[in-house]
Amino acid sequence: MSLGFAAFCGAILGLLSLAFGAERRVRSRRRVAGLNHLHPRQPEFDPLREQRAEEKAAELLRSVIGEKNWGMYCQLGFLRVRGGQSDGYAYLVYPHRPLVAYDESSGELLNEYCVGFPDGSDPEFGTRLPDSDDVLAKWMALTGDERSLIADANIHLPGRQVDPEQVRRDLRRLRHWDERSIT
Amino acid sequence: MKPGHGDVLLAEGDVDIVADEERLVAEFRRQLDEGMWAAVPTSDAAGRHEAEMVRDFSDIPRGAERVIFFPRAAGGCC
Repeated sequence: MSLGFAAFCGAILGLLSLAFGAERRVRSRRRVAGLNHLHPRQPEFDPLREQRAEEKAAELLRSVIGEKNWGMYCQLGFLRVRGGQSDGYAYLVYPHRPLVAYDESSGELLNEYCVGFPDGSDPEFGTRLPDSDDVLAKWMALTGDERSLIADANIHLPGRQVDPEQVRRDLRRLRHWDERSIT
Repeated sequence: MKPGHGDVLLAEGDVDIVADEERLVAEFRRQLDEGMWAAVPTSDAAGRHEAEMVRDFSDIPRGAERVIFFPRAAGGCC
């Protein structure tokens, strides 16, 4: 009986000791890192890892969108996706920037659609997809279910985040690219 | 698609083999339960490429070579 009691006391002490130890470790980490709990740890940036991820993402993008669209993305840095709800409008798809809708005949800028694809499944790597994965996600969602994607986006007038002058330049580059790819 | 990784192979198999299909269905459901979207890349004879969003394993075209899972869209995350 007394042996059993001694063993029981030992177990309690052991548990308390672990609890205090853990609490002390938490406190000391907070002292070292300042107000760590108010500023969640940023994932460590590893340029080589990010480069490898982007290379894989680019391969996947190329295999999905086809050679013609891939050529457009490589040369211009964005994709054009024609809208499916009516004729005559399209989107410019940039990596990690809003979609820009424009009138294909006049070149008038219509709206910006701010939408992202944050992935919080592994905090160690952050939430930001590689550039080509972001473009592919937008491309798939636009071609597969434009209405749902636009419903999820924040809609703004042109010029909120993307410089309208830059978009107009990109539309001129796109026109030249179209002319070259037809001939 | 994953931050820091690019694409990651989750599962592969032949849907004509029952054990494979069960594994693929389980992985498909797991991804959707975790909030991912799923798309099947398609192309036609004219060389037009698109994607088809799928919400159930039975929606996947029989001849599809792959399904791509990607995080659900969120407004204002540019």
